[in-house]
Amino acid sequence: MKKTPLYEKHVALNAKIIDFGGWAMPVQYSNVIDEHKATRNAAGLFDICHMGEIEVKGPQALDLLQLVLTRNLADQKIGQVKLSALLNEEGGIIDDLTVYKLDNNSYMLVTNATPKERDWQWIKAVSQDNGFNCSLKDISGTMGKLDLQGPLSEEILQKLTDANLQTLRFYHFCESQVAGIPAIISRSGYTGEDGFEIYAAANDMSNIWDKLMITGASLGIKPAGLGARDTLRLEGGMMLNGQDITETVSPLEVPYSWIVDINKEFIGKTALMTKKNSGFGHKLVGIEMTGRGIARHGYKVFHKKREIGIVTSGTFSPTLNKAIGLAFVDEACSAPDTIIAVAIRDTMAEAKIVKLPFYKREKR
Amino acid sequence: MSKSNPTDRLYSREHEWVKDNGDGTSIVGITDHAQEMLTDIVFVELPLIGKKVSKSEPMAVVESVKSVSDVYAPVSGEVLDVNLKLEETPELINQDAFGQGWIAKMRLSNAAELKTLLSAADYEQFVKEEKH
Repeated sequence: MKKTPLYEKHVALNAKIIDFGGWAMPVQYSNVIDEHKATRNAAGLFDICHMGEIEVKGPQALDLLQLVLTRNLADQKIGQVKLSALLNEEGGIIDDLTVYKLDNNSYMLVTNATPKERDWQWIKAVSQDNGFNCSLKDISGTMGKLDLQGPLSEEILQKLTDANLQTLRFYHFCESQVAGIPAIISRSGYTGEDGFEIYAAANDMSNIWDKLMITGASLGIKPAGLGARDTLRLEGGMMLNGQDITETVSPLEVPYSWIVDINKEFIGKTALMTKKNSGFGHKLVGIEMTGRGIARHGYKVFHKKREIGIVTSGTFSPTLNKAIGLAFVDEACSAPDTIIAVAIRDTMAEAKIVKLPFYKREKR
Repeated sequence: MSKSNPTDRLYSREHEWVKDNGDGTSIVGITDHAQEMLTDIVFVELPLIGKKVSKSEPMAVVESVKSVSDVYAPVSGEVLDVNLKLEETPELINQDAFGQGWIAKMRLSNAAELKTLLSAADYEQFVKEEKH
């Protein structure tokens, strides 16, 4: 298994390590609920070095990104982050990734860990086939990433940087330093909470991790693993690549239509529009258990005894103290408040369809 | 660290315990080591009262935030009673696996099966070896 620069820290903290797409990652240090609550109430620190980073530079960098990504990036400002989708020719999601505009003609793409190599090969091939005047570089090996998430993140990070965090808006970033180390500080994340994604050289990760842990100690910072990351993102109504969304799923049948701009051309658009016109037939929705039990990935969903779909993510929500999930269901039964049933082992447990997200933080 | 395993009961290799009440009935639960491995237990599916189970057959389910685990019947018998408190407070297993976190009361149908179980000392040794 591949190890991040922080692997030794996780071992020293007695973390339970799992194989996540070929990476040895901490799933939990103490327990998921503790780490989840620390992130909602104070701050959680996550090792996200397994994610990929791709640099796109040159006069036609934007032309390439406009062709491979669903989101219109023409109006993106320097210092702004945009979530977008990378589609195959059939309109299926290869990856959902974020685009950082570093400068005119200079971008950084932040990809999910598992599809990173596929993204890289795909984008490189499109660039070559079209003869775009731009250069691509996979910088995943030298770039590290830490997520500091939670309401006290700003207070903790501000002690370690000259950047004015108070004026840094959500989904915006600045190139600054953390504890004297050059870093990109982005106000964004995958928890439904206020927080930052911090990018710096892989070699400096261990140093930044220590500084954040020491600085945040009195404010209740905790290291948090992939277990808490999963419950936090699900409460926030966010999808997990490879689980809720795969290459056979298009962005218009999941809550991603907002990152698709049909007024521009992009790879996969023709197939996507054809499918949209004939109807997808199903839709990804939020579900909440009203009966006993916890819906889990792969459990079947029923409506009036008819099978209508499948659970893609399901867990116990530590914040809401109930079982929640995401499920692909027949579009005809996808309206909020529809009563459904989830087959949990031998029983049919009652559930209902709800609007996303399950949890919304208070605006700062 | 796990709490020490009480010597007044026997243990299975699947991390359940059985305590003989001396009247033909026994109490069954999971060990402190098991709850520690599972961490935050958030749901317990109890067996139906009257259900007959065979040794090593799944008789209950415990779920943590991340995982779903079967609890295997350490011995064969009939379920006489279940710990309904676990429906509202499944964390009792985390807090007190050997006491308040008991799962079911059973009438054993084959007392000879008790001989296949481990003593507290042997179970401790078994857990140590399993870790390596």
